[in-house]
Amino acid sequence: MSTPSTAGRPVTGKPRGGDWPKVRLHVVSGKGGTGKTTVAAALALALASGGGRVLLMEVEGRQGIAQLFDTPPLPYEERLVAVAPDGGEVFALAVDPEAALLEYLEMFYNMRRAGTALRKLGAVDFATTIAPGVRDVLLTGKAIEAVKRGERAGKPTYDAIVMDAPPTGRITRFLNVTSEVGGLAKVGPIKSQSDSVMAVIRSPRTAVHLVTLLEEMPVQETLDGIEELRESQLPVGAVIVNMERGPRLTPEGLRDALDGTLDVDEVKAGVVAAELPRKLNVNTVTKTLIAEAAEHAERVELEQTERERLDAAERPIYELPEMSGGIDLGALYAMARMLREQGVA
Amino acid sequence: MADPTPLAALPESTPVLDIDGLIDDPGVKVIVCCGSGGVGKTTTAASLGLRAAERGRKVCVMTIDPARRLAQSMGLSQLDNTPRSVAGVDDANGGSLDAMMLDMKRTFDEIVESHSDPGRAQAILENPFYQALSTSFAGTQEYMAMEKLGQLRSAAETTGEWDLIIVDTPPSRSALDFLDAPKRLGSFLDGRLMKLLSAPARGAGKFGAKVVGASLSVVTGTLTKVIGAQVLKDLQGFVSSFDALFGGFRQRAEATYAQLQAPDTRFLVVAAPERDALREASYFVERLAGEDMPLAGLILNRVQEVPLPNLSAETALAGADRLDENGEHPLTAGMLRLHADRVANGQRQRRLAQRFSTAHPRVPAAAAPALAGDVHDLDGLREVAAALADQ
Repeated sequence: MSTPSTAGRPVTGKPRGGDWPKVRLHVVSGKGGTGKTTVAAALALALASGGGRVLLMEVEGRQGIAQLFDTPPLPYEERLVAVAPDGGEVFALAVDPEAALLEYLEMFYNMRRAGTALRKLGAVDFATTIAPGVRDVLLTGKAIEAVKRGERAGKPTYDAIVMDAPPTGRITRFLNVTSEVGGLAKVGPIKSQSDSVMAVIRSPRTAVHLVTLLEEMPVQETLDGIEELRESQLPVGAVIVNMERGPRLTPEGLRDALDGTLDVDEVKAGVVAAELPRKLNVNTVTKTLIAEAAEHAERVELEQTERERLDAAERPIYELPEMSGGIDLGALYAMARMLREQGVA
Repeated sequence: MADPTPLAALPESTPVLDIDGLIDDPGVKVIVCCGSGGVGKTTTAASLGLRAAERGRKVCVMTIDPARRLAQSMGLSQLDNTPRSVAGVDDANGGSLDAMMLDMKRTFDEIVESHSDPGRAQAILENPFYQALSTSFAGTQEYMAMEKLGQLRSAAETTGEWDLIIVDTPPSRSALDFLDAPKRLGSFLDGRLMKLLSAPARGAGKFGAKVVGASLSVVTGTLTKVIGAQVLKDLQGFVSSFDALFGGFRQRAEATYAQLQAPDTRFLVVAAPERDALREASYFVERLAGEDMPLAGLILNRVQEVPLPNLSAETALAGADRLDENGEHPLTAGMLRLHADRVANGQRQRRLAQRFSTAHPRVPAAAAPALAGDVHDLDGLREVAAALADQ
């Protein structure tokens, strides 16, 4: 394990291509159960491919990244978790609001010891849980710090930051830190910190991507999320459709399967020609395949309807298939490759 | 649908969760459906509620965040905390079904209003810290869900309006949040910092003297630097009025928590056959055991049915390849590949479910098949419940 500061490698002069050349902070959100963490990790790998250096951050304290990359729980420290194709690197960081607050106190006020006393009193717990927006300013602030790190010297530490962010239902409030904090703090250090965070989040250097499945509820939440982000002038990035099944039959086959008009004799002739083991009854196999095709066609039709609703939002859409073997490192690399092929990076 | 075999995901040694036995048991008055986000908790709660009602129970279902069309199908058009009768339920067995959606802010406001005079309540409701606490504190929703459950339970006892309450739990990242959040909120509100901050209002020194290693001025000085003086003042105002109001939020949270250990309460852990969801389910099962909270069993939703398991993925693919090589019967080839996908997916789910069962061999389980479409009407709910009951 090495940290970026000790990697000793000059920062990549990698040309920034793909659909998001200006974006340094990729915020990945999505409804629970849509595979947001997996997609964030695949996106980080895709952006790092070909020699980039990317920081993958999580902010919800559940160690999803460590589980995904099969490493021990991440400390509050940037660690190399994966090497991307052609020499890129993905570092990971689990941001803990408490540690971020102590770091912040130390950095700006040289108050580490006061911080420890505050923690004993529960004041840190207070600041990071109830004080409206403070927690979010600390978490987003850490991301912005990583974006800016090394920039002044002309050598940014990371080419991109990918944040595994809170789910769609909370993302606008999470990112809209100024208005959250603004209700309380009209002046003062938290206010100026939130202003400088907001300046980056609202700029073209940030994109908020939403992960969804082609199902009614996740799509509805995605559309609502896009609307909310736009209303708050937050930059909406792409929609990433995950676990897509996609059609396995021709359009005619799907239509017939849906209408229940598949040519049974033709299917049966195919089953015979496929020379399946003799213990399998040809009629049973035929009947089963037709029933499965009908269900598949119904699902595809539903996916199509949801896909059209997403199209109406007029955002770039990337698609990732359902990984039938489940999610492991191999699947992550495959997903990263698919994202690259679709122009993400 | 060809020969559904939904239980294929669960090992044969897994005890079967008897859904009808559970919902028919007059000794069971509360069923809590919990699990991580996106596993179908709301659908499970609604479908069990419908089945219980049609079998003769007087049911109230509390949902947290239902899909729009599912909510509409149950006659829920707004978050208003009021249980309303669901139309279209078969009442031949003397049962009924009411449903409501939780409005967490309103629930919190009602607690404040019912415990103080109007002027004081108004001051609290307008305080920015109260507004933050009641809308965005992680855990308020869980806490209010429990509060509401307590209210429904006592309403049921006094009016006899319901004899079974089924609750859906908030969509949290972790199933354990539901159990932990109220305590966290309670201990936070009752914590030392709160006492310290409220001390000036009650006569400084008493609590200040108890603080070892940090003087009040260090703390307030630091807080002032970081959050600003006005914020601190608002906070102190909030804390002192709130403290007078409840005089021990922790106690209140503990009482609410203890309700979940009542002998007429059962937990259902809901999961989908995915790694993360089953891991959360595992944590939850262990936690319930540790807290003496009665677990009825596991509901495994969205299980891929595997009709004709004798036709393995490998065989189906080999057959499809043969057809492709000969350039004939493309339709059947596509269907064989479809079947192969399905078998592979079913096998993966089975491995995951087996891992769970091995770790928790005595937890009864019931599985519901993955449906081609979304559930958004009473017929869909009936179908889900029937599948769960018929294992």
